[in-house]
Amino acid sequence: MTFEPRIIGFLCNWCSYAGADLAGVSRIQYPTNIRIIRLMCSGRVDPVIVLETLINGADGVLVMGCHPGDCHYVEGNLYTERKVKMLKKLIARTGLEPERLHLEWVSASEGGRFAELVRDFTNQIKALGPSPLAGEKPNPVILENILAAKSAAEDFRLRVLVGREKELIEKGNVYGEKTTQEEFDKTMDEALRAEYVRSKIYFAVRKEPQSIKELSKRLDLDPQMVLRHIVVLRRRGMVAVDRVDGTTPLYTALEVGR
Amino acid sequence: MEGLGETPRIGVFVCHCGINIGGVVKVPDVVEYAKTLPGVVYAENNLYTCSSEGISKIQEGIAKYNLNRVIVASCTPRTHEPLFRAACEEAGVNRYLFEMANIRDQCSWAHMHEPEKATEKAKDLVRMAVAKAHLLKPLEEPEIDVAPSALIIGGGISGMTAALCLANQGFKVYVVEKEPELGGMLRRIYKLYPSMEDASEGLSRIVNSVRSNKSINVLTSTVVKQVTGFIGNFEVVVERANGETMNFGVGTIIVATGAANFEPIGMYGYGEYDNVITQLQLEQLLKDGQLKKPEKVVMVQCVGAREEKGRAYCSRICCMNALKNAILIKELYPEAEVYVLFRDLQTYGKEYEEYYSDTRRKFIQFINYVSERPPEVTSEPGGKLIVRTYDVLLGSEIEIDTDLVVLSTPLVPHEDAKELSQILKVPLGPDGFFFEAHVKLRPIDFATDGIYVCGTAHSPKDTAESVSQAFGVASRAAIPMAVKRLRVEAITAMVNENVCTGCGTCVRLCPYGAIQKDERGVAKVTSVVCKGCGTCASSCPERAITMRHFTDEQIMAQALAALGRVFA
Repeated sequence: MTFEPRIIGFLCNWCSYAGADLAGVSRIQYPTNIRIIRLMCSGRVDPVIVLETLINGADGVLVMGCHPGDCHYVEGNLYTERKVKMLKKLIARTGLEPERLHLEWVSASEGGRFAELVRDFTNQIKALGPSPLAGEKPNPVILENILAAKSAAEDFRLRVLVGREKELIEKGNVYGEKTTQEEFDKTMDEALRAEYVRSKIYFAVRKEPQSIKELSKRLDLDPQMVLRHIVVLRRRGMVAVDRVDGTTPLYTALEVGR
Repeated sequence: MEGLGETPRIGVFVCHCGINIGGVVKVPDVVEYAKTLPGVVYAENNLYTCSSEGISKIQEGIAKYNLNRVIVASCTPRTHEPLFRAACEEAGVNRYLFEMANIRDQCSWAHMHEPEKATEKAKDLVRMAVAKAHLLKPLEEPEIDVAPSALIIGGGISGMTAALCLANQGFKVYVVEKEPELGGMLRRIYKLYPSMEDASEGLSRIVNSVRSNKSINVLTSTVVKQVTGFIGNFEVVVERANGETMNFGVGTIIVATGAANFEPIGMYGYGEYDNVITQLQLEQLLKDGQLKKPEKVVMVQCVGAREEKGRAYCSRICCMNALKNAILIKELYPEAEVYVLFRDLQTYGKEYEEYYSDTRRKFIQFINYVSERPPEVTSEPGGKLIVRTYDVLLGSEIEIDTDLVVLSTPLVPHEDAKELSQILKVPLGPDGFFFEAHVKLRPIDFATDGIYVCGTAHSPKDTAESVSQAFGVASRAAIPMAVKRLRVEAITAMVNENVCTGCGTCVRLCPYGAIQKDERGVAKVTSVVCKGCGTCASSCPERAITMRHFTDEQIMAQALAALGRVFA
């Protein structure tokens, strides 16, 4: 049987959803795979929702919004652009192909462009093959990784960064100090790496109490780094010492919201 | 409140839309499938669900099966949701307990040659709608009072026309004009086409009417500094020339700031040769009786307009304006030769086309050029100008020596349009003009309720068109002010105060300033200002914001249903 990818589209009401309607009105044909969820603005697309959709086996996620400058809500689409950029970096760490997530701008008058983009994305996902997370037996490694990614995307730090990125670069902070895109990207990459690893540590010790040494081997990470992350996780009230085995402390996860 | 806490009793109405859906999707199969979904207590198909018969079927269904959720699987919610919502409301089901599955525009029409797959997709779309319907909550649209007063920004012909219209309906009007005088661009215009009456005559009439109207407060040499609030209750701060500020409240706001004329510095010798001028400068010379008798005049159309990059738009008025001034020159100096170099002559409409024929009868010469080979202007000793251009009809280069070159330049947005757009939190389009809510269906509204746009602030247009739009905008603004009370959209954000840490991310990114921190430092949404985009919810670091009607849970339910999950 040929592979029929399952693609979820998150479309804004005013431009891209209208563009999708126009494709239909114009009887422009495109593959049937996409299932569209209408939102008022592409700005509504929460990184957690995208990851959750991928975790649940979507072969592709297509986010569509208004062209920059056309957003019905002034610039909700530009926030989405930054979120998608962050998400792609995060997904790339998990072993899942970041190409499974894609962002495009489609106006209400671009029925043809909508159909073409859906056709292209469907073909791209067909070429990638089924998501390793789809079906009865999802790839356990990637699943564990992407759950950690989701946990990182739920975290305050990444959300603050991506939510403030536009402001920090364009307007500056409360002192009027602007950040360059380059500087910001460096900070963001560092935060992404740290939060992702911390989530992985958290998930690992939630399964069973472990020592720094075990964690360092499991995550292929310098023990010093693991220790630093453990310190942060303890400070956040997410991890505690379970017991001390000889002289080696074993850490365990505390039940918290994230 | 109906529907709250009740077990969902969902009714699904699947539309054939004649053969539009039924000709591709197996509608009866979709109906049978819908019946199998948890919570669905009734499903049927209709030939046209939007017909009066279809609407009664929904309402009968609600009564007979005690439905508390309604799904219509048919066309797009963008056109038909209001109709079905109203039908539900009439039958006692809250309008927000209605959901649509778009199985026509995004299914049967787009997959006409794949009936099997289209039917499967239609089932999926219904399953997604059912999943969301389970989680729908009844919402109440808040009611607000509307102050019977309007702020009109710009005292040109558009602003003044709108002001008079509203004042004559009994509303209080503030006209804020940044220049010391009312009149705007029209003050610089000599004659109006096609009637050829003096612009100043009509203008002074309307300025006098505005000045003498007791309901209109004219504030010249004044700019808008700050606008807060929302439809019905805007708070405005303006600044006079002497630095004094003044505050007042209004119910509605009209943007009628007009446009500027493009200065074609460096194009066709403009700025270099004194006898290369713009149409607006020619207008002034004609008005003042200062135009010296020329032997020849060459007008160049589309200067700085309809560009491949940059100003891509057609300025709409320049063709007619050039014809008008060409006629005026001919009437003044019948022996003068007038040439109009054009790319495409756009004299749309019946009167304007007749006007064009008239110019031909007056022996005005029209020469077609192409943008790839635009005319060139050089000067020769003695002050004469040489215009060289490729004539499309002749298929060769021609040369005209002339006393005067007149450039038809487009109307461009005012430099301060961007600032005003930020003060009002309304968008500008790609060309920098104010951007309407919908090009066809809401051409003079902004997406923000209670703020409207007319005249050349929106796009280039002539006086007659600006006046029509001003009448239109006055009527639009009068609606909420006449009704006095208003229901506003219930799709708004809501902050969970127990989770909010007061970080202020949402306050900063809300495009409407709808979120402020209260005295406890917790984010608080002003519902009537919120437009429901949901950017705050997706960005909240603590995930403390719920977007009503588009909650995380509702969106996820749809996504999971799309992936095959059936919700109980």
